[in-house]
Amino acid sequence: MDLLFRPAHELHRLLRRREVGARELAEAFLARLDAVEDKVKAFVTVTRKLALEQAAAIEVRLARGEELSPLAGLPLALKDNLCTRGLRTTCSSRMLAEWVPPYSATVVERLAEAGMVLVGKTNMDEFAMGSSTENSAFFPTRNPWDLERVPGGSSGGSAAAVAAGEVVYALGSDTGGSIRQPASFCGVVGLKPTYGLVSRYGLVAFASSLDQIGPLTRDVTDCALVLQAIAGHDPRDSTSAPVPVPDYVAALGDGRLAGLKIGVPKEYFPPGIEPGVRQAVERALGYLEEAGARCEETSLPHTPYALPAYYLVAPAEASSNLARYDGVQYGYRTEAEDLRQMYRRTRRLGFGAEVKRRIMLGTYALSAGYYDAYYLKALKVRRLIKEDFDRAFGRFAVLVTPTSPTVAFRLGEKIADPLAMYLSDLFTIPVNMAGLPGLSVPCGFSNGLPVGLQIIGPPFSEALLLRVGYAVEQAAGCAGRWPALEVGSDG
Amino acid sequence: MVIISREEVEHVAWLARLELTEEEKEAYTHQLNAILDFMQQLNELDTTNVEPMAHVLPLVNVLREDEVKPGLPHEEALAGAPDQDRGQFRVPKIV
Repeated sequence: MDLLFRPAHELHRLLRRREVGARELAEAFLARLDAVEDKVKAFVTVTRKLALEQAAAIEVRLARGEELSPLAGLPLALKDNLCTRGLRTTCSSRMLAEWVPPYSATVVERLAEAGMVLVGKTNMDEFAMGSSTENSAFFPTRNPWDLERVPGGSSGGSAAAVAAGEVVYALGSDTGGSIRQPASFCGVVGLKPTYGLVSRYGLVAFASSLDQIGPLTRDVTDCALVLQAIAGHDPRDSTSAPVPVPDYVAALGDGRLAGLKIGVPKEYFPPGIEPGVRQAVERALGYLEEAGARCEETSLPHTPYALPAYYLVAPAEASSNLARYDGVQYGYRTEAEDLRQMYRRTRRLGFGAEVKRRIMLGTYALSAGYYDAYYLKALKVRRLIKEDFDRAFGRFAVLVTPTSPTVAFRLGEKIADPLAMYLSDLFTIPVNMAGLPGLSVPCGFSNGLPVGLQIIGPPFSEALLLRVGYAVEQAAGCAGRWPALEVGSDG
Repeated sequence: MVIISREEVEHVAWLARLELTEEEKEAYTHQLNAILDFMQQLNELDTTNVEPMAHVLPLVNVLREDEVKPGLPHEEALAGAPDQDRGQFRVPKIV
């Protein structure tokens, strides 16, 4: 039976009916990983032994006739900035290359309770700073649709692992688009939840007022299932929102969106957008109308200012968060004759170019004499961006945009030009700045490469976003189309 | 337009406790100028009466009962340390 590329909800049914065993499932995905991982390079650490042990535990529960939770026994991957007790967590940085956390992230504990089978930890841009996974200190990950192209980033390893059939689903983190942009580039579903819906406890901090953990999945139904498992208040994260968690799967509906008012902000269709992306998104607007929704052009006038404001706010927070990497309590250290020299040399050799660039930018924006002109200015603009969205949600239930202005670009294409790389997140950044949920759903192809549609809603409207995403998925017919990834008979 | 000079780059690197090579000083001076030049567009916006927004959630002073609970055991807290001695982190001489 071909098990790869089936969504979680189908595999769960097969497990429950005993048509497939948990061990058979884990072995099938590990065999797939063996066959394609040399090409894709999605994983920093593969946890083969752990996956088989966890699968064996599920077998025991199945044999006892226990009810399994919807994700039990389904092989998954975790982005390598999610702490896993006893298992190294590197953030794809030399600084943490050997670091073994003494505790697990709340999301990891929740998935463990749900019957997790962990295949490994995925590659990322170092400390989640980047849009291509080329900023990994270890190696770049490749896009399964075209191995000469990037998978996006920073959760590129998680997106590529799902697209390549190495796992059923994965978790990533999103500070300015790091789940949605790679989901778009790799043709998978990716959700950045509302700020505060998912606990950040055990997520290695990048920019604490923007970071959120979220799912990367094969379809929208799986996205609802994974969100269900990880969402909800956590006393260990003081920014975790004390809100009730609805039944996301029940909210998916039947693909009909009768009377739903959808705004299409014109600022997300600038002249520079790739024609194939524009066409795929316009087709998706047609699907939404056919489903009964009414799409209308609108404006979020401060959109162009989100990117410059973000690249002050996020680096400022990062420069503060990353001050902890000083070679004393954990992580990498370079010996030196005195303490200050040790700090400076450790940080020079432990961090890569992009991380240092952002620490410099953030330190500058926060330094005496520049704080008001840069950091404070950016925080004021952040409010204007949020108010644009508030006004739009007075008239529309959701907004739809392209997830990224282009499809996956070539390895090396933007690595020498930081500003060009930053522009890749033009459409995803405003959502983080306003703390809103954003869902990327595959909506078509441009020159054989996947295009993502971004659906943005008011705070805690994930159930509605998933319902709209489900309607797009039903109409677009992209689900079930996966990269060929030619695998030779020699494996 | 020069927004940040090479001397300022060196000063910021000092504040951030980053040692930079000569090539990095050169590269960051060039790149940070390009990035900060891009940021200047924020000045097109009049934000005189706009309240800065550091955080999106209206959460303030999240409190809990002050109860004694088990914390991270000493050995585990030290387990990741590059250098340790008699239950403490060891660092190079400070003065």
